Amino acid sequence: MKGKIGLWLFLAALVVGFVALLASRVGPATLPADQAVGPFTLRDLLFYAVASLAMVGTAFVALSRNIVYSALGLLFALLGTGALYVFLSADFLAVTQLLVYIGGVLVLILFAVMLTSRITDVNVSNTSMGVAGGAALFFATAPVLVFVALATPWAARSSPGLAPTTREIGDAFLTGWLLPFELASLVLLATLIGAVVIARKELKPDEEPTP
Amino acid sequence: MVHVGLPHFLVLGALLFSAGLLTVATRRNAVGVLMGVELILNGANVNFVAFNHYVTGGVSGQVFALFVIVLAAAEAAVGLAIVLAIFHTFRSIDVRAADTMRE
Repeated sequence: MKGKIGLWLFLAALVVGFVALLASRVGPATLPADQAVGPFTLRDLLFYAVASLAMVGTAFVALSRNIVYSALGLLFALLGTGALYVFLSADFLAVTQLLVYIGGVLVLILFAVMLTSRITDVNVSNTSMGVAGGAALFFATAPVLVFVALATPWAARSSPGLAPTTREIGDAFLTGWLLPFELASLVLLATLIGAVVIARKELKPDEEPTP
Repeated sequence: MVHVGLPHFLVLGALLFSAGLLTVATRRNAVGVLMGVELILNGANVNFVAFNHYVTGGVSGQVFALFVIVLAAAEAAVGLAIVLAIFHTFRSIDVRAADTMRE
């Protein structure tokens, strides 16, 4: 057992060292982001790869019959959208997505899955109902939104560059957005107390508390 | 149309939103419904950040997306607490089982 843990630690150290070496050798400045590969640039290919990862995860969430596979699909969907934020010059948001969604919400969801479904049963149920209505809803919504996105002449800025935004976000939170920021912390406090109160085991007055 | 621009991100956001809507409408498992809500919020967030980058500039869209993330985390915590309470009461998290307001 102890040897196994040591092996895992060694492997993790190896991976970290490899990534650090790679990061020191290949700086961001030397990455040929606009190198053409056929009709695409490297940036386009990266976008399509990440977007298809997110879409595959989304399809698993929507269609998988096993709730655990749905949770794994949600992991890939959230990871993909977080990676897309990097394309949009939102580095802080990408890291926040990683920390809050994948580190917090997804773990919470997996926790709820393990607590509420008898995981050893064959039927880890995630069956669907009203598939026809759901499909009708999907095919009524998606084409309209996609058409609007493609057909509207958006007033796009000319060639927006990539720049770190953490400092601007901090400034914005502590100046113009200070009141909403404080309200959000109040909401989080209320959520903390509310979640504990709702989820705790309710004791009947005539019931002895079990140790 | 080949190079990545604003419409690509908007299409991805629209697909995320629609798939989330499909999930919320069809799942019987309450945790699955909550996953669909997370997908919907993510689709909206992609649109916020994409418009912020390609149209307005500045950081107001990103600040809004951060608020959405905070409220989504709060919603997930309370929602899953409610799911656990429903499981304790009805011994099931099928959304059709929880059809009474009291035990």
